[in-house]
Amino acid sequence: MAYSNKVLDHYTNPRNVGTLDKSSSDVGTGLVGAPECGDVMRLQIKVNPETHVIEEAKFKTFGCGSAIASSSLATEWIQGRSVEDALKISNTDIVKELSLPPVKIHCSVLAEDAIRAAINDWKKKHPEAQTAAPAIAEAKTTA
Amino acid sequence: MSGNGTNGHTPAGIKLPIYMDNHATTPLDPRVLEAMLPYFTDRFGNAASRNHQFGWEAEAAVETAREQIAKLIGATAKEIIFTSGATESDNLAIKGVAEMYREKGNHIITPVTEHKAVLDTCKRLEKYGYKVTYLPVKPDGLVDLDQLKDAFTDKTILVSIMAANNEIGVLQPLEEIGKLCRQRGVLFHSDAVQALGKVPLDVNKMNIDLASLTAHKLYGPKGCGALYVRRKNPRVQISAIIDGGGHERGMRSGTLNVPGIVGFGKACEIARLDMPQENTRIAGLRNRLKDKLTTALDQTFINGTMDHRLPGNLNISFLYVEGESLLMGINDVAVSSGSACTSATLEPSYVLKSLGLGDDVAHSSIRFGIGRFNTEAEVDYVAARLIEVVSKLRELSPLYEMVKEGIDLSKIVWQTEGH
Repeated sequence: MAYSNKVLDHYTNPRNVGTLDKSSSDVGTGLVGAPECGDVMRLQIKVNPETHVIEEAKFKTFGCGSAIASSSLATEWIQGRSVEDALKISNTDIVKELSLPPVKIHCSVLAEDAIRAAINDWKKKHPEAQTAAPAIAEAKTTA
Repeated sequence: MSGNGTNGHTPAGIKLPIYMDNHATTPLDPRVLEAMLPYFTDRFGNAASRNHQFGWEAEAAVETAREQIAKLIGATAKEIIFTSGATESDNLAIKGVAEMYREKGNHIITPVTEHKAVLDTCKRLEKYGYKVTYLPVKPDGLVDLDQLKDAFTDKTILVSIMAANNEIGVLQPLEEIGKLCRQRGVLFHSDAVQALGKVPLDVNKMNIDLASLTAHKLYGPKGCGALYVRRKNPRVQISAIIDGGGHERGMRSGTLNVPGIVGFGKACEIARLDMPQENTRIAGLRNRLKDKLTTALDQTFINGTMDHRLPGNLNISFLYVEGESLLMGINDVAVSSGSACTSATLEPSYVLKSLGLGDDVAHSSIRFGIGRFNTEAEVDYVAARLIEVVSKLRELSPLYEMVKEGIDLSKIVWQTEGH
């Protein structure tokens, strides 16, 4: 399997590896995948309670090089974005950036799932943001 | 994590990359190459040419090789049929027996851990009305003899059980299996490619009726295999699957690969003479690797029994680290993994799964195949690289962190759909 240089770079120097305190009210945790499928990603975000901007993102991944690179890239991209903005990241963006081959697309899907799961977890702790999200979605559908 | 070594430079006496995948194939022994060379050029004759010097020379070389190969397994030269490799030999043995003994019965027994050349051949026969019992194996990888006994029916014509497994290196109890087959008058085929020249094989002591052999797993050339077919007690007959000029006593037509066969013979001779000391040395290297890895790293798991195993095989799972990412980190070492990501089918190793292990254990497995040309310095280097990369990937592994925190991963409801 030939990897792109970007995958190799993220694999060799993964960004934002670590663990945030999942019990903190500002932290959202997403754990996706399954050990028997060969990949598990845990992505955590620390969100500013005032601005809803993701101030810090951390990950740990069990999986192939592409899975590690996809989650590493995801943390890089979502840091500094608002939670709503982070939800706009799609797996195809990751595929494109890392030049993932077709057999590795599921790694990018998992990374997108991890972002969503982390944000959902944070939203559960913040009902005020929960109500804001559908409002945006509704605005979009009526527009 | 990538790069060439722990400190960015290669230790003395080591040439990178290191080849430690000797179950996939082996390098040609220089002594074998030397024996082969004249048969590409000066002695290029067709062994089937009966009326000139070129043909006689080629034929004489083939007959010498036949004897060298036969001697390694306790057979006679006339019982060796040359083929293109072990896949063809497996096909010829199983399909050849199935067709020849169709009147007698239509039932075949084979374990689930066989090579695909055996399993897929059996699957094809099922389409033509044959019945196949796929025997499970015990958690140590060995066939359960009682289960084998129970699997026999009055329609059973063939039992096909490999000598040594290509992934986990476990050695099946051939002598006991052969005895059971003989008692029931059922033919016994063994795919012996991984065992040939690595452990003693004796077709008479083990009551083996057919054995698949290949040159490239014992430092011979690729594209050259053989099938041992017993000639007496009982005389085994098989239908050919390749028809033509009637070479190899009608069992396998086609002009013989003379240089390959000469190399195969030489490789068998070297293996026969060197086996005792070579086995001791290789088992020593394998145990050194195993001890280093299991001492330095926690949460490792050896796949398959260590008690009945090829001297050069080590199959070990580094739990909570995925195999492909591990291979990526040791890119200057050639080994294999049972991880789905490294297979063409995107399925984790069926051999490891058949041991009753979870898919996660298969995903974390690495197969080492230590061979004739590996050195102690290489083993030490590989062990150091492995320990370094496994440790780094475990820092990255959410599963390892969870286990260290005392979380039982089996109690977690994972979202498995779609991946």
